[in-house]
Amino acid sequence: MKTGALSEALKKGGIWGFIVLELIFFSVAGQFLSLSNSAFMDLDNMLLLLKQSAPIGIIAMGMTMVMINGNIDLSVGATYAIAAIVLLDSMTWPIFAGLGDWVILMSWTLALLVGTALGALNGLIVWKTGVDAFIVTLGSMLGFRGLVFMFNGENPTSNLNWTLVDFAEAEVLGLATATWFLLAVTLVVWFIMTRTVHGRNAYAIGDNREAAVNAGIRVGPHMMINFAIIGFLAALSAVVFYSESGSVNPNDGQLFELWVITAVVLGGTKITGGAGSPIGTFGGVIAIQLLRKGLGHIGADTSTVNLVIGLILIAVLFIDRQLNVKGKQELRI
Amino acid sequence: MATLTKQEIGTVLAKQGILIAFALFMIGFTLANAKFLSPDNLFSVVRSSTILGVMALGVTFVVISGNLDLSVGSMMSFSTIVVLDLHDKIGPLLAIPAMFAMTMALGAMIGFLVGYLKLNSLIVTLGMLSAIHGLTLTYSGGKNMDIDNKDGTWFDVFGQGSALGIPVPILIFIALAALLGLLLAKTPFGRKVYAVGGNGTAATFSGIHRARTVFACYIISAFCVATAGLIQASRSMGSQNTVGQGMELEVLAAVILGGASLMGGSGTIFKTVIGVLILGFIQNGLLLMGLQFYVQFIVTWIIIILAVWLDIAAKRGRLWSPIA
Repeated sequence: MKTGALSEALKKGGIWGFIVLELIFFSVAGQFLSLSNSAFMDLDNMLLLLKQSAPIGIIAMGMTMVMINGNIDLSVGATYAIAAIVLLDSMTWPIFAGLGDWVILMSWTLALLVGTALGALNGLIVWKTGVDAFIVTLGSMLGFRGLVFMFNGENPTSNLNWTLVDFAEAEVLGLATATWFLLAVTLVVWFIMTRTVHGRNAYAIGDNREAAVNAGIRVGPHMMINFAIIGFLAALSAVVFYSESGSVNPNDGQLFELWVITAVVLGGTKITGGAGSPIGTFGGVIAIQLLRKGLGHIGADTSTVNLVIGLILIAVLFIDRQLNVKGKQELRI
Repeated sequence: MATLTKQEIGTVLAKQGILIAFALFMIGFTLANAKFLSPDNLFSVVRSSTILGVMALGVTFVVISGNLDLSVGSMMSFSTIVVLDLHDKIGPLLAIPAMFAMTMALGAMIGFLVGYLKLNSLIVTLGMLSAIHGLTLTYSGGKNMDIDNKDGTWFDVFGQGSALGIPVPILIFIALAALLGLLLAKTPFGRKVYAVGGNGTAATFSGIHRARTVFACYIISAFCVATAGLIQASRSMGSQNTVGQGMELEVLAAVILGGASLMGGSGTIFKTVIGVLILGFIQNGLLLMGLQFYVQFIVTWIIIILAVWLDIAAKRGRLWSPIA
């Protein structure tokens, strides 16, 4: 009984414990190793960290929904790039010429619609053909990237709109715009997954699809909605990020899917579906960003970050396995 | 025999669909551009597909055994960088076996985690993708690797040499495909790989050592990756740290296109070779038709989904999925 309670506590609070450990470690190690005099747990530093977590974090919320549902989406990086290009390119279209700053609204809407449509397309294919989501999104990862290149070849697409930059760089109550978006998305996704029928059904489908079908849940539409949401969130992430930077390369967003999946798995979501939470994912995103910043703080270079994150991911998987009685571990994709 | 029922036609299509598609592509591209079928062009396509192809051979074993390997891309970068670095330090004769040993040690690590500890292969190899990339950067210090004296070494034979009029990389690819094809189709070990991937529990109950089989598959995969790294290093005689980045998914696409199921238990080396060639010829054929390079991404997208869809549609006997 004791071990059960302990493993439950570790599973639920593991990621937060890990974050605290990171904070302590980097603060102490920073005293001896850091070249700068500023403390690691500086408030400005932490606020910047939240802002930098936003691009990956917003997409990770969508991935949490898709993975709880028992699927996976490898095409988010390409969707992210397409949405960015639509956003920046559409602001220069002649049809929007007379709109003044209202063009921002049109471009945002357009980019978000494109992202949602691409996500829904993935979902529709998974639903109607019965091909595994891993294969469908592996294909569309290539296909969407092809669409990205169709816009402008290998050239970057750039368009800096100062009203938009001002908006993206604004700070409300000390938090950056991107941070607010991340917090809002986390809250909304948490609400959907825990307080709505769609959320409960998504868990049920991911846990045991057969049983969900027998219980009268329509599996297909739920999967498609989740894919549409992750497409929307990938576009939202791009819209928030590129409002500030104003320039997108056709290769942007590559490997995002891997970072996002890493964050989601660190946050405790099961790769086989049926378990996980957006709050845990939020922890996973913060943990990764802390690791990147912390290792930079104590003078390690990017190569160490890759090495450490890879090993931590495997370690988490191992610990998770030790804490769970065997069973659900088989790869179901 | 004389009359085929609809179902039999379906079975034939399902079994040989990838070959039929391959033939159709070849005919289509030949009609579109006469240069497509010239021996020079065919050779150049096969030659440029060899690195992807060699890696796909190993991944076929892993996929048939019911697992995934997403780390082959960064592992290939690793072996390329290591062999180039060691070439100048200890000479090619020692550098090559040393690189093979290091790469296969990484493969053994993955094999241990997935086989013996039974961890989810998708996450393990995702973690290894990142970790090996970090290892490569640490090893090289982030700098590009180059061989100093490019003219005074025989190391270029693997990538640039030719024997009997055939480029050496193609010979390596053919030899490795034949060897691994035999291993998979004609030996007890090959049968075990299918058994473990088809139904792991049943395989265990029939006395097959499941962990050992999975472990061996990852070793084979690492061996193929090391070979691919050798060809890559020898072809370019210098390399960036990211030379193999993103290749893991291309390799997987080729294996899936060849008809291996991600659920494990099905696929053959021959079909994987066809999958690799289809990817190579599509790329080449579209370029010869004067289309931009990115059109191949879109075409590959459509082909992958269609190939897998028709495959499972034939198996379940209906086109659309029964998911409500």
